[in-house]
Amino acid sequence: MKVLIVAEHDNSSLKACTLNTVAAGLKLHDQVDVLVAGSDCQQVVDQAAVIQGVDKVIVADNPANAHQLPEAIAPLVAHIGKDYSHILAPASTTGKNLMPRVAALLDVGQVSDIIDIKSSDTFVRPIYAGNAIATVLSEEAIKVITVRMTAFDEAAEGGNAEVVSSDFVVNQELSTFVGEDLSVSERPELTAATVVISGGRGMQNGENFVLLEKIADKLGAAIGASRAAVDAGFVPNDMQVGQTGKIVAPELYIAVGISGAIQHLAGMKESRVIVAINKDPDAPIFQVADYGLVADLFQALPELESKL
Amino acid sequence: MKILVPIKRVVDAYVKVRVKSDNSGIELTNTKMSINPFCEIAVEEAIRLKEQGKADEVIVVSIGTSASREQIRTALALGADRGILVETELEARPLSVAKILKVLVEKEGIDLVILGKQSIDSDNNQVGQMLAALTGFPQGTFACKVEVDNGSIVVTREIDGGEQTVSLKLPAVVTTDLRLNEPRYASLPNIMKAKKKPIDIVSPEEIGVVVESKIKTLRVEAPPQRTAGIIVASVDELIAKLKSEARVI
Ligand SMILES: Cc1cc2nc3c(=O)[nH]c(=O)nc-3n(C[C@H](O)[C@H](O)[C@H](O)COP(=O)(O)OP(=O)(O)OC[C@H]3O[C@@H](n4cnc5c(N)ncnc54)[C@H](O)[C@@H]3O)c2cc1C
Ligand SMILES: Nc1ncnc2c1ncn2[C@@H]1O[C@H](COP(=O)(O)O)[C@@H](O)[C@H]1O
Repeated sequence: MKVLIVAEHDNSSLKACTLNTVAAGLKLHDQVDVLVAGSDCQQVVDQAAVIQGVDKVIVADNPANAHQLPEAIAPLVAHIGKDYSHILAPASTTGKNLMPRVAALLDVGQVSDIIDIKSSDTFVRPIYAGNAIATVLSEEAIKVITVRMTAFDEAAEGGNAEVVSSDFVVNQELSTFVGEDLSVSERPELTAATVVISGGRGMQNGENFVLLEKIADKLGAAIGASRAAVDAGFVPNDMQVGQTGKIVAPELYIAVGISGAIQHLAGMKESRVIVAINKDPDAPIFQVADYGLVADLFQALPELESKL
Repeated sequence: MKILVPIKRVVDAYVKVRVKSDNSGIELTNTKMSINPFCEIAVEEAIRLKEQGKADEVIVVSIGTSASREQIRTALALGADRGILVETELEARPLSVAKILKVLVEKEGIDLVILGKQSIDSDNNQVGQMLAALTGFPQGTFACKVEVDNGSIVVTREIDGGEQTVSLKLPAVVTTDLRLNEPRYASLPNIMKAKKKPIDIVSPEEIGVVVESKIKTLRVEAPPQRTAGIIVASVDELIAKLKSEARVI
């Protein structure tokens, strides 16, 4: 058995979700290899090489891989991955974009978004927005998998992997990178934060999110949102928590002015402690909240902020 | 330009599903079924491209039982020109779906395939990317904006950190995110007109694809239920509980 992990990075730093994915890989085998495909990505290689349990870091450093477009990277992962029994990547938007393309090139099915590993061929994954949990058996020769990061701890540091490079490269003209509009925030990343405070339609507008920011500052929290808040243009899409947004599982999740639709719950119900603030005592969010406060958020939030 | 929109019949997004008592799957009898919401967005986008004069024909295809005809009719009422039902009693998993779609793409001479990013039942998020691999087309997944011009398509994608824009050469595959558009409702005259639009029915065998999978569902269970906690009377009580009971702040 050989396990390959596709590293997620921006050419300068390794993303934390790679560590969770390595941890998942280490449940399959006591050592894994990590593929770093990028351009000018030596720093990432250095970070990957010290993860505990990593045997080998394979580097494909080439300008053709600069933006990690799947048209270039999928054939590379398939080429290197064909010698492995398992290929894992985080179930992030990057991994979700890339891995099914890899699987199809290898003519195998994929198991998406796993939350547990029962054995080398049996995996657990949520379906129907987490309203059911499926145990699936993959009899594919190569198991292509994406991993839900919140379900696995991060692998530790302390390794000393061998670094090898691959000169396999795909120079393609099917797709070109045009630009990127990334949100910059001083706050912790939504999927990695220990506290998340999210606002919904009840926030009424984007300016009112300042009320959440003040509390987030005090708690070191990340800020999330419901789909309704994102669709209404209060906040950008990368803040959406839910079935089709980000999955979070912090120690503390505070839902403010969010009704608690199943699609929203799918993204946060694994949080350790859930607090809901909503003026409607019948809001479904209270059925999953450990602590519910029935109140007008415009009164409750300033009070909470001043007393924290 | 010819657009193909694959649509899937799924349990309606607002139904609370129940796991079957023998743990073999989800209870589907007497359950409201709909077009997968992401596919509905894909249909809408295709129709808009046609209305803008950028597309000549919008073909919808569904792979499933004869019941999927209902969802194809709905898409036709929204404005698609014709439908194809690839009829099978077997559950087609993403790789088989992608293989069937590849054959149709080639047979119909499709320039653009617009799919949903994910089916809300199996939550796979795979078919578009797999189809792109099999056809050798570029892919623009999780699209929140698309612009077609002169042999290429510019796709703005929703990614974890924000948005990314890529330019793809046609033919291409696009998968839709929620904010790409807001689907219209079918008007009564259009529902009537849709009854006359053609739906071709073919079998996977005729297409030359065997519906099979080496991935099998062994068991389906209800998730661990969270029980409702308590309602606190004040902000002070909330803070006290979070400090001393939950110990999270
Ligand atoms: C395919 C699909 C995918 C989806 N994916 C997601 C997803 O990933 N994430 C997601 O969140 N949703 C998703 N949704 C949408 C979901 O179904 C709900 O529509 C959405 O979550 C509702 O957001 P909300 O709770 O903010 O708004 P609403 O349901 O409108 O709730 C607003 C709440 O605010 C409360 N409120 C109003 N004013 C105040 C006040 N002054 N003080 C206190 N409380 C107040 C109200 O009582 C109400 O409960 C998806 C839907 C579909 C069909
Ligand atoms: N049985 C099917 N028939 C037609 N289209 C499908 C089918 N299954 C999946 N698709 C398409 O592929 C998209 C992604 O599905 P999935 O990869 O299953 O999450 C859906 O939104 C549809 O556009």
